[in-house]
Parts: sequence; structure tokens; C-alpha cells
Amino acid sequence: MSLQQPTNTPPRVAIVRTGLANLASVLAGLRRAGADPYVTESAADVEREDHVMLPGVGAFGPAMEMLDKHAITAPLKARIEAGRSTLCICLGQQLLARTSDESPGATGLSIVDRHVQRLPASVRVPHFGWNLVEPPPGARLITKGHAYFANSFCIAEPPEGWHAATTQHGIRFVAAMERGNVLTCQFHPELSGKWGLALLKRWLGTDQCEDDCEC
Amino acid sequence: MLTRRIIPCLDCNAGRVVKGVKFQGLRDAGDPEELSASYEEQGADELVLLDVSATPEGRGTQVETVRKVRARLSIPLTVGGGVRSAANAQALLEAGADKVGINTAAVEKPEIIREINHSFGAQCTVVALDVARRLDKTGFEVVTHSGKNRTGKDAIEWAQRVVDFGAGEILLTSWDRDGTRSGYDLELLHEVSSRISIPVIASGGAAHPRHLIEAFMAGADAVLAASIFHDGEYTVEAVKSFLAKQGIAVRI
Repeated sequence: MSLQQPTNTPPRVAIVRTGLANLASVLAGLRRAGADPYVTESAADVEREDHVMLPGVGAFGPAMEMLDKHAITAPLKARIEAGRSTLCICLGQQLLARTSDESPGATGLSIVDRHVQRLPASVRVPHFGWNLVEPPPGARLITKGHAYFANSFCIAEPPEGWHAATTQHGIRFVAAMERGNVLTCQFHPELSGKWGLALLKRWLGTDQCEDDCEC
Repeated sequence: MLTRRIIPCLDCNAGRVVKGVKFQGLRDAGDPEELSASYEEQGADELVLLDVSATPEGRGTQVETVRKVRARLSIPLTVGGGVRSAANAQALLEAGADKVGINTAAVEKPEIIREINHSFGAQCTVVALDVARRLDKTGFEVVTHSGKNRTGKDAIEWAQRVVDFGAGEILLTSWDRDGTRSGYDLELLHEVSSRISIPVIASGGAAHPRHLIEAFMAGADAVLAASIFHDGEYTVEAVKSFLAKQGIAVRI
């Protein structure tokens, strides 16, 4: 048995299950970024973990029903409002809004005072592919680059109090937002090549380690 | 601005990448995991993994191949070939596919498109349409079973129907052009892409970067190519830089 203590263990990330899942890409992406992710439906995990991820699976209404059913809505909202490390991807970003064209009548986390709208009929929907993310001045995590999107809905107007990056497809809309240690992305960082991997590492804080680091 | 996508396609048989003309005379073209990683490195925007195994034993290796490719790949992965049910689709998604391509099953039982859309979302639901010109030259028809079965279905009307059933994207393969190196069927591409609102991936016939430009001009949102890259004639990087010089928006 080795007496040597590990100097740095991979950060655990609790991934919240919001529906019939395709979480393989998210799990693989977080592992490549140096994390130790696991999938959970437990409110206690959402309250306790240093890092929590809300993935982009399902539709607005059913995802909120899932969060409500497992009593995750309140602790999730609390940690995002407190600026604790949370990553919300695709539908995950949209859930921060109040309402959505996707599920009329459903109420979101209502952290930002926005409505999620369908992309205009003037362009191809779903918005599939790589589009340019343009960050605002003062963003700490989000940099300029091409990211992979797969969305039919969006938050058009950047909310107050957040550093919001935008992109353009028919209309200009919110591509990503950050506040404190909360990062939300309309695109998929786990599918956005090296640029996306670097973003995941900055969010996790694993970007400080060089390749020759012994941690 | 949304960039145009370049998508290398890996035809897999029993865990190996193969290639052939019109799906006949398959020969070995490498290891899927190695090739995938190399295409991402070259700047591929997505990858398509198509299972062309003729036997159930060959098919059985597909999930394991997807799992291995996924662990290394940081770009989207579409997997198709032999998807006959929502359960097949789920197995591939759980192994690490981001989208599944439904081909013959969608023609025989289009409800499967709706089923996969409802379970996993439009962003996972790709319908692969194999099309040939009618023998009497009066338009285009849907074909199945590696082109052997002509269904008589009008391909343009069928494309519009699969959108109504919930397809998120169409992978449009010209059976006449596949493997011929004579360029995409531009008339087919224009006819389909101008009539539907979802993205269209052009497939079948690419041998030169100028074929890709022609496809984008005809309305393709993305282009699929296999032999042009496998033979090492062009890297994805070289193709993209050619396209960029011709004024096509690509991710460099």
C-alpha cells in the first residue's frame, strides 16, 4: 500500500437527471475536463456538492416537473442565486427563465425575468451546428469562439446582472451567461471541441494544471 | 453566423471502418477510434458512424464502438445503420451517440420517427433518406436495402412528411452518386432543401472540394464525405481552407 497521499482529487460534479437521458456525452466531456461526474436525482446532492450540472435533456415543462417531483427546484435555485458553482447547458440555461414557448403554462426557475421563445421561421430550425459566441467585456469564463448548438428555442434578450454572450441565427440571442461561479450555455460545451473543453476546465477550476503537473 | 458543417462518415463493419462503391466490395479502411480522433484534430465539425454490417454478429459490436469513440471525441456523433426501434436508439444514445439516424425503419414504419422524437427530442432524430432517380427519369424515389429496393415513394414528398413526423435533420444520400466521385446530386439537394425547414446534410458522390461548394450553393447545410478523406487525398483542414477562400463560412 502506498503511503503517498493524492495531492489533488478530481472535483466531483453532480449531474441532475431531468428526463430520459442522453448523458453519455456530458459524462465523457466532464471526465476529459478532469472531473469525477455522477448522475443524481437527490436534492441533498444538489445542496451539498461543490459543483452541480443541469444538462440539456428533455423539454421545458417535463424537466421542471422532474425537478419539482424530486424537490430539487428550491435548492437548485438557491445555489444559482448565491453564485455557487453550477453549469446549466442548453435546456438547462432556458430553465432559468420564467416561461417558454415550448411548454405554455409551465413555470421555470424564474431566476431571470425572461420568456424563452421559438427561433424565427425565417431560418432553419433546429439551429444545428457551430456558431460564433461573442462574450461581453468583463466575462471571466466565456471567451470568443465557435461553439456547437442544437436548439429550437432561445432567450433573446440578455438579462440584467449577468455577463451575457450572444450569437446570431435569424435573431441575436443569449449564447451563454455567467455570474459568480454560475455558467449557463445555450450551446454544448461538451461537444464544442478544444474550445468547449477549455471552457469546462475554467468552470471546474482544473485549467490551472499543466500537462506536466503531478496532481 | 452559423457555419457550414463538414462531416466525415465512417462506414463500420464488425468494429472496423470499411469502404466500397455502392456498399459493395468492402475493404478495410482503419480503426474507428483512431480515425475519429484524427478527424476531430483536423477540424471535422461532426462525425457520422454508419453500421454497414451484414450480420447481427457484426451489428453487436456497434454499441461498443460508439462507447470507445465517445470517450475520446469532443464533437457531435451521429450513429446510424440498423436502427429499428426506440430501444435501439436508446442503446446507441446511452453509449454516447448524440443523434441517431433512422433509415429503412422510417420508410416501413414512420411512427418510429415520432417515437424517437418524443422520447429523446428532435435534436437526436436524424432521418437518413436514400434516394435514386426514377428509372423513367420522372423524378426521385426513395430506395432501401442498399439501393436494391425501389419503393416508388416520391422522395420530395417523403422528405416533407418525415419533417411532419418529427425529424430534426435529414441526411440525404443520392444512391445514383454514392461512391461514383462525380459530385452530389444538386437537383435533388435543391428540390429537398428548398421545401423543408430543417437542416439537410448532403451525401453521396463527393471527390473534390468544389463538389462541397456546389452542394452548399444548392442548399445543403452540411456535407457528408467519406472516400475524399479516407484516401488521404485531402485533410478536413485543407478542404475547409479551400472553402473559406471561396467565401463559404466554415469553422477554422
